[in-house]
Amino acid sequence: MRQSWWKILTVGLLLYTLLGGFLMEVPRLPILNETIRALYFHVTMWFGMILMLVVAVIYSVKFLKSNDLKHDDVAIEFTNAAILFGVLGIVTGMLWAKFTWGDYWSGDPKQNASAIGLLMYFAYLVLRGSLSDTQQRGRIAAVYNIFAFAAFIPLIFVLPRLTDSLHPGNGGNPGFNAYDLDAKLRLVFYPAILAWTLLGAWIATVRIRIRRVTRAVEDNMTQA
Amino acid sequence: MKKITLAILLLLSVAAQAQEKIAVTTADYSNSSVEMADIMRSEGKIYILVGIILLIFAGLTAYVIYTDRKVSKLEKLISEK
Repeated sequence: MRQSWWKILTVGLLLYTLLGGFLMEVPRLPILNETIRALYFHVTMWFGMILMLVVAVIYSVKFLKSNDLKHDDVAIEFTNAAILFGVLGIVTGMLWAKFTWGDYWSGDPKQNASAIGLLMYFAYLVLRGSLSDTQQRGRIAAVYNIFAFAAFIPLIFVLPRLTDSLHPGNGGNPGFNAYDLDAKLRLVFYPAILAWTLLGAWIATVRIRIRRVTRAVEDNMTQA
Repeated sequence: MKKITLAILLLLSVAAQAQEKIAVTTADYSNSSVEMADIMRSEGKIYILVGIILLIFAGLTAYVIYTDRKVSKLEKLISEK
């Protein structure tokens, strides 16, 4: 296994997340009850998604600078993994919302914004699929990726805060939100963010390597 | 000068808003009014649940590692050519 130290770290942190996430003490809060533990699984999906999108943006810029398809591989696969995390985030969020807010979809500003954000990234995949020239696809996709990220951040971090939202830290809705993240929750929450992000990065790197092997095989075939 | 005072006031108002958050206190850990899965935990069934999740996690991890190794073999094959 290539560069295995951080993969071992990933497995270790995930083990800690699962064990700590289910067994460690959490505050006893009304409405949330035991579901507060979803913090380690649902919320971390979004953090992981954003961190991986940052990687995708960096490599999109790198591709635009160098025209090296190696960077394009990184951009597409980190975006793919980020989209996977985003879909898992929205689905787990809906399930959590059903039992705490009363409905799968309550038109909450942050729910709506993250759905729009996901659609933007689906469009990225459609855009890539519609172009056959690798250089052209790389350039157009890279530019789109940068703009999509620039729109995604205000969409999920800024706009929901300007209005009332059920999500914590947005507006003033009692019952669920407004709780400060306390030290005992952080003890699992921060490692969990790292754990899930690393898992996404692992999946992405394996797929990047498959892309590069595929390209090498194709190059060999055209030369032969 | 006016702009700076305005900026400071705005920052203060942001800080004031942040303070409206309810802090989680020790009472939130010790109260018995909020229902939690206490019986499930006292009976030890939580460990069965965690065990199941860990087994699935182990299986998935093994599969990812296996795939990773397979790609490594392919990479070797390509570089030798």
